Amino acid sequence: MIVPFEHVLILAGILFALGLVCILVWRMNLIMLLIGIEIMLNAAMLAFVGGAARWGMADGQVFSLLIMAMTSAEVSLALAMVVYLHRRKKTVAADEFSELKG
Amino acid sequence: MEQAIFYILAAVTVVATLFAIAEKHAVHAIVYLVTSFFALSVIFFLLGAPVVAVFEVIIYAGAIMVLFLFVIMMLDLGHPERARLPGRRDWWPALLLGAVTLAAALTLFAARAPAVAPAGKAIGVKEFALALFGKYGVAVEVISMQLLFALVGALYLGKRREK
Repeated sequence: MIVPFEHVLILAGILFALGLVCILVWRMNLIMLLIGIEIMLNAAMLAFVGGAARWGMADGQVFSLLIMAMTSAEVSLALAMVVYLHRRKKTVAADEFSELKG
Repeated sequence: MEQAIFYILAAVTVVATLFAIAEKHAVHAIVYLVTSFFALSVIFFLLGAPVVAVFEVIIYAGAIMVLFLFVIMMLDLGHPERARLPGRRDWWPALLLGAVTLAAALTLFAARAPAVAPAGKAIGVKEFALALFGKYGVAVEVISMQLLFALVGALYLGKRREK
């Protein structure tokens, strides 16, 4: 472990807060919302990898890899949804999709 | 030496993410985010996770971000002057909430006694693979099912319907 575990956690916390701010600021734009989710998931991955290095167990790295696979599934579905919604209303503004009518 | 590299890369990651958030042009935001992910992957490498570092570059920066770029270009969304941008009314509540969240987390970390970093043994690729396919073999199966469902869902959503 090259740096104290707390510093890794602080970096992960800063990244998570930045992702949260991104989601809250850009809540009108679907693409930037997804980017904020990416940043937050990266922060979670950093916390997992830091934990794996702290305790010398491979489990944290395995879970960061699973997070990555989960993210790729989520992004592919979400972007397919964005393409679908854009085809219907010609916009990616989240306010336009407030009704559930299909 | 490695400590200095860690702190430099941490600064690069945070600054690039800040630029990505504040950027109104979506393509530029993606490029800043790729920079951030590259720095983060080197941090993973320094923390003794070479496999995760490699997959961060290949899958995150190489596949997911390029997928974002592809969708932005396909839908012709790279015109910030056409979209509604966040004003000051959107920024300050978000910054306030983010600051509160961050302050809560930092208070939590500061309250703990600083752990003496033990010289943990390095985790090699072999140990990682044994844990992934031995102990967590079921999780790999579940993830593969999840990827299959995502594929089917994306195909269904992307299908062009005749009116």
